[in-house]
Amino acid sequence: MNSGVFASTGADLELRGIQKRFPGFTAIEHLDLKIPAGSFFALLGPSGCGKTTTLRLVAGLEEPTSGRILIGGTDVTNQKSFQRPVNTVFQSYALFPHMTVLENVAFGLRRRRIGDPVAKAHEALRLVELDHLASRRPQQLSGGQQQRVALARAIVNRPALLLLDEPLGALDLKLRRQMQLELKTIQEEVGLTFLHVTHDQEEAMTMADTVAVMNKGRIEQMGAPEELYELPRTAFVANFLGQSNLFTGPVVGSTSEAISVDVAGQKVVVPTARAHRHTGEVTIGVRPEKLSLHLTEPVDDVARNVMGPGRVLDVSFSGVSTQYIVEVPGIGNLIVFAQNVAFGPVTHEGSEVWMSWNIEHGFGLEDDASAEPRFEADDTTRSIATQKRSSLLTELEGA
Amino acid sequence: MKFSLGKWLLPLYTVLALIFLMVPIVYTFVFSFNDSLKSNITWRGFTFDKWLNVCQVQNGAVCEAFGNSILIGVVATVAATTLGTMIAIALVRYRFRFRSQTSLLLFLPMATPEVVLGAGLAAQFLSVGVPKDMFTIILAHTMFCISFVVVTVKARVASLDPALEEAGRDLYGSATQVFARITFPLLLPGILAAALLSFALSFDDFIITNFNSGAVTTFPKYIYVSAARGIPAEANVIASAVFIFALAIVVTTQVSRAARAKRLAKQG
Repeated sequence: MNSGVFASTGADLELRGIQKRFPGFTAIEHLDLKIPAGSFFALLGPSGCGKTTTLRLVAGLEEPTSGRILIGGTDVTNQKSFQRPVNTVFQSYALFPHMTVLENVAFGLRRRRIGDPVAKAHEALRLVELDHLASRRPQQLSGGQQQRVALARAIVNRPALLLLDEPLGALDLKLRRQMQLELKTIQEEVGLTFLHVTHDQEEAMTMADTVAVMNKGRIEQMGAPEELYELPRTAFVANFLGQSNLFTGPVVGSTSEAISVDVAGQKVVVPTARAHRHTGEVTIGVRPEKLSLHLTEPVDDVARNVMGPGRVLDVSFSGVSTQYIVEVPGIGNLIVFAQNVAFGPVTHEGSEVWMSWNIEHGFGLEDDASAEPRFEADDTTRSIATQKRSSLLTELEGA
Repeated sequence: MKFSLGKWLLPLYTVLALIFLMVPIVYTFVFSFNDSLKSNITWRGFTFDKWLNVCQVQNGAVCEAFGNSILIGVVATVAATTLGTMIAIALVRYRFRFRSQTSLLLFLPMATPEVVLGAGLAAQFLSVGVPKDMFTIILAHTMFCISFVVVTVKARVASLDPALEEAGRDLYGSATQVFARITFPLLLPGILAAALLSFALSFDDFIITNFNSGAVTTFPKYIYVSAARGIPAEANVIASAVFIFALAIVVTTQVSRAARAKRLAKQG
């Protein structure tokens, strides 16, 4: 990037056929991704899904095994980290402990010989409301303040692309909400392209325009938050993004409008348009808040699926809503979220209930629920480094 | 009031231990003012002469030895600190073949008895045909100081979060800039500690030096040789001066650190 010149607007990011292998494991299998300029994009996934690696590849802190990285149409794959118009807000903030807050923020400007770095740094600090602490050292600030300094240090450079590596992970809930809001405001104000990596589905959904759910080094599904939530494509997405009740059974009938599935003797109807597979064994699902609880068997209604009777195993009251776990013989446990429109729970543990939901609310998955729902691994920057180190060590010892 | 053993025993023990530690230093200091003749064992009266004319005794042999020691110490320290810091960074940050073997090898000079090390080096210089002089002393000192520098700086590098350097690169710093502005300043306390340690070790070393010095006399060697026929009071003067200088450095750093902590506390 030319020194002394700010990126005027955000740029799009394109990843073409990215693969990243570390000795011993593959972090990213095959990744194609295009993030339009000016958008707030979230990469969501559990630890170990390859999201942090993706971010580090874009920042230039790792090199892809194969594939190209393009920023604003320019191939930056072979550029060094300091040559890319990209800035990162690190998970650990990585503020320089031997410099004042102001010097931290001015660091990038000075390296690029941009005029009047001090004034610009003050301006960025004002944006995050920390200008009064400019002469402090980072270690004298609270976690939330450090996070804002890290943010100011990145955005002051007006990068074409801002990378956020779970920067809100270390904050408490209230500060987190505040920072989420602040981030969103800043993004709208400065118009940069944001790439946000997180394992917090709520954070991803509230902040991002587009969310990509990543699992095991691949993107499982990508789209607007509502779309991902209402119409998940895979069992992983259905369970990682909120909770789902999933059923598996053979398709016993289909019309152009809907398919009906036999779930342990109970017929469940799903609109054809909302199902990915229409024949054979399929997995279908419905979100817990779409279910209604009935204390008596509901009358037949073609617009609704009915399931039951079942027994209430657990009732947990959480203020706004109550969560019921209902065991249906032959099917398993179902989760029901009910708004507390009246006072308290409508039923109690051990009682017999039926559940129903609007046919339009069901969805049919591409894969089936038995395919390992989640996998728990660790994929922070540090553990990648450790993993890399230990595998390199074994490699060296073997040689 | 009840007599408490613990209340008296600990302070008493502390005072005795301190006296035990301080006696040789106080003795050295006091006898630097002794109006001695050849030997400096009996008290013959107070004088400032030895302090004022420190370089005149024995045609300045004391001062020459002292100067040699300073020169060797400085050169060996600079060489060992530079090389040792580079080695320490390489050992922590990079993976390469024979890395653990290198670590082990660097540890050896610390574990080997000095006599063995000194004799071994002397034999090597002899067989290669290098004449023993200032240069061989500096080589020997650099060699054993490197080990201590690597150990000290390595700990500091290991505690340095790699994300800081990554952040530097991410913020448009080239490799050189990241080293100069982030890595080096953050390692500096460790590097300084290593340099001080190196200098102290080099200045103090007698055994290895004695094997490899040839005709050159260092301060410890001078003291050792003259101990047989009585150490001149000028040696006490230099020893006391070094001690006071070291003490002054320690006190200054402590005071300025305390002042800084106070200032920071006030700010926070």
